[in-house]
Amino acid sequence: MAVKAQDLTKDYKYGFSDPEQYAFKSRRGLDREIVEQISGYKHEPDWMLQFRLRALEIFLKKPMPTWPAANLSEIDFQNIFYYVRPSENTAEKNWEDVPSYIKDTFDKLGIPEAERKFLAGVSAQYESEVVYHSIREDLEKQGVIFLDMDSGLREYPDLVKEYFGTIIPAADNKFSALNSAVWSGGSFIYVPKNTHVEIPLQAYFRINAENMGQFERTLIIADEGSRVHYIEGCTAPIYSSDSLHSAVVELIAKRGAHIRYTTIQNWSNNVYNLVTKRAVAYEDATVEWVDGNLGSKVTMKYPAVYLLGERARAEILSVAFAGQGQLQDAGGKVVHVAPNTTSTITSKSISKDGGRAAYRGLLKVGKGAEHSKAFVRCDALLLDEKSRSDTYPSIEIDEERVDIGHEATVSKVSDEQLFYLQSRGLSETEAKTMIVNGFFEAFTKELPMEYAVELNRLLALQMEGSIG
Amino acid sequence: MTQTNGTAHTEHTDATPLFEVDDLHVSVEGREILRGVNLRVRPGEIHALMGRNGSGKSTLANALMGHPKYLVTSGRVRLDGEDILGLKPDERARLGLFLAFQNPISIPGVGTGNFLRAAVKAVRGTESINAVQFRKELNERMQRLQMDPSFATRALNEGFSGGEKKRAEMLQLAMLKPRLAILDEPDSGLDIDAVRIVSEGINLVHEQQPETGLLLITHYQRILNYIKPDTVHVMVKGRIVESGGAELVQELESAGYAPILRRLGIEDEEEAPVSGR
Repeated sequence: MAVKAQDLTKDYKYGFSDPEQYAFKSRRGLDREIVEQISGYKHEPDWMLQFRLRALEIFLKKPMPTWPAANLSEIDFQNIFYYVRPSENTAEKNWEDVPSYIKDTFDKLGIPEAERKFLAGVSAQYESEVVYHSIREDLEKQGVIFLDMDSGLREYPDLVKEYFGTIIPAADNKFSALNSAVWSGGSFIYVPKNTHVEIPLQAYFRINAENMGQFERTLIIADEGSRVHYIEGCTAPIYSSDSLHSAVVELIAKRGAHIRYTTIQNWSNNVYNLVTKRAVAYEDATVEWVDGNLGSKVTMKYPAVYLLGERARAEILSVAFAGQGQLQDAGGKVVHVAPNTTSTITSKSISKDGGRAAYRGLLKVGKGAEHSKAFVRCDALLLDEKSRSDTYPSIEIDEERVDIGHEATVSKVSDEQLFYLQSRGLSETEAKTMIVNGFFEAFTKELPMEYAVELNRLLALQMEGSIG
Repeated sequence: MTQTNGTAHTEHTDATPLFEVDDLHVSVEGREILRGVNLRVRPGEIHALMGRNGSGKSTLANALMGHPKYLVTSGRVRLDGEDILGLKPDERARLGLFLAFQNPISIPGVGTGNFLRAAVKAVRGTESINAVQFRKELNERMQRLQMDPSFATRALNEGFSGGEKKRAEMLQLAMLKPRLAILDEPDSGLDIDAVRIVSEGINLVHEQQPETGLLLITHYQRILNYIKPDTVHVMVKGRIVESGGAELVQELESAGYAPILRRLGIEDEEEAPVSGR
């Protein structure tokens, strides 16, 4: 039975929108003037303006990639608003100072509440700018920097200049070029040597306006022997025409550092989510991407780790849920450059109601990265006949003394599993939801409790209303 | 005294039957497996259903629980007077029917404790049970079944040994407190100690929920050293051909099925390959 369009959105509780009361909204479309306007508004140093303008040229020159399963030519770049400043003041430190309609929105999303309960710092981005920002005093005293990217550039220009765009150059791909030209907001994090931030820092991203483009830019530098866990979440209202979210995230894990980056992507089903995420890990460092994709119309995202130092470690856990009309093209990339490095990529996808999920991955072991170990595992679960799962694993090994494993499974919810759970009193929907939750358990168990509960609730909503 | 009329009627007609199966015919993939099964279970009774492999015992269990693969072509099944054949398995479960599976399937990633909490909520519904009470009850039950507390956090049936699976089924039986429980070979593949533990679990349910009716399907008489049935049924080729008391178990134990088949004039196909008809 086909699901009507409104059924798809009825349970998306974040689909509300606020009336626009903005301090500034750029005209639609993208050109040199818009880029200069953004940079001017932010009073940026000239090197950043030049960086943006070079990136714009690259973006305009680069052809649209043709390999994706999605038809990206549907994106009308001239119809998008590239910069929307919700209020004159940004990155407020006091919740009271945030404009009340934005406060209401984030209240509905439970943001300040979550901060009080279990976070070390919070950043809330609304359209193009971070409207609220806070970090626990004790961390600030230890020298931990957690700012929105714009404030980071103003307050730590040298640190930003040293690393910005070094992991993901503007020319990396068309969408990293776009982000480099028009970026705004995102997080800047620096964790000093041997400092452990034991509880998570969180950023929350919200798109409100129709045809909005959100281009946050995040840079995390974990100095030697430090630890940090960063969590991001995102939602948007439901509109009839599309919005674009194109972020660039760069992570640097220095010797012995540990970075975990967790994402719960829950954009509404009219957002193109085209994100470039990459990390470098030096000697004995660990980088973990924990990447969950539930929302959006199209997601293309392959978090990457370059293992540059000996014994560096990468863990990529990517899960995706593709419902009706959704394409989740997700996966991960690991490049082993140094010897004795290890990596694991685990991908889990669920397709339902004609949704399409793909695992796209790259595992590369360079010459000289001897005694490296890598394991790739992809599991796909199909909930009905009309849904689809694809796997595009790419493995390039240029070193002989390595230990490489790859496993892939595609499964369906079996009648025997359903019968078993139903015989215990669970309805068919409850039984399927339980099986789906179990399938994602490897992901859920990596989340802080509050997020795990929320994720299971979201999955339950996704499972309702389509059986028959 | 044994009856040979092919039905399961016992003498006490005064108590209202809890569970009634009348002339049940069931086909699997177009082939008739059950050819007119009759059964009456009164509250608190233990019935043993015995028979060789392929006689239709497990088909009966699955059909009664409502497995979609088992097609009921005629007959009637009532639980507490309510016809259940039109109901989905979960609706039957919520009315108080339970099936302990012979080979329970694993549900990866779903913790046994969390699953049981959801099942208890679904089945026992109105009887409110909070998280603390639930944990307490679960721990007690697990202790009685000699299960390690870590069991509750393991994924349901995932990587369980044969004995662990059977015990997990008995744990569910105890926690869900059904009106009528069908136990499909709870003893198969178990060593003698495990049979004893599982039997004690069943006897405990019988003692603590004296109204619960039990239909114990078994291939061997071994488990009947521990569990004393009120009535014993013998199933042959999709029918209950003989019903009686515990003495029937002794007869099967000492002489096998051949004398019963001979007495009833049923051709013994033990050595013949199983074939469709």
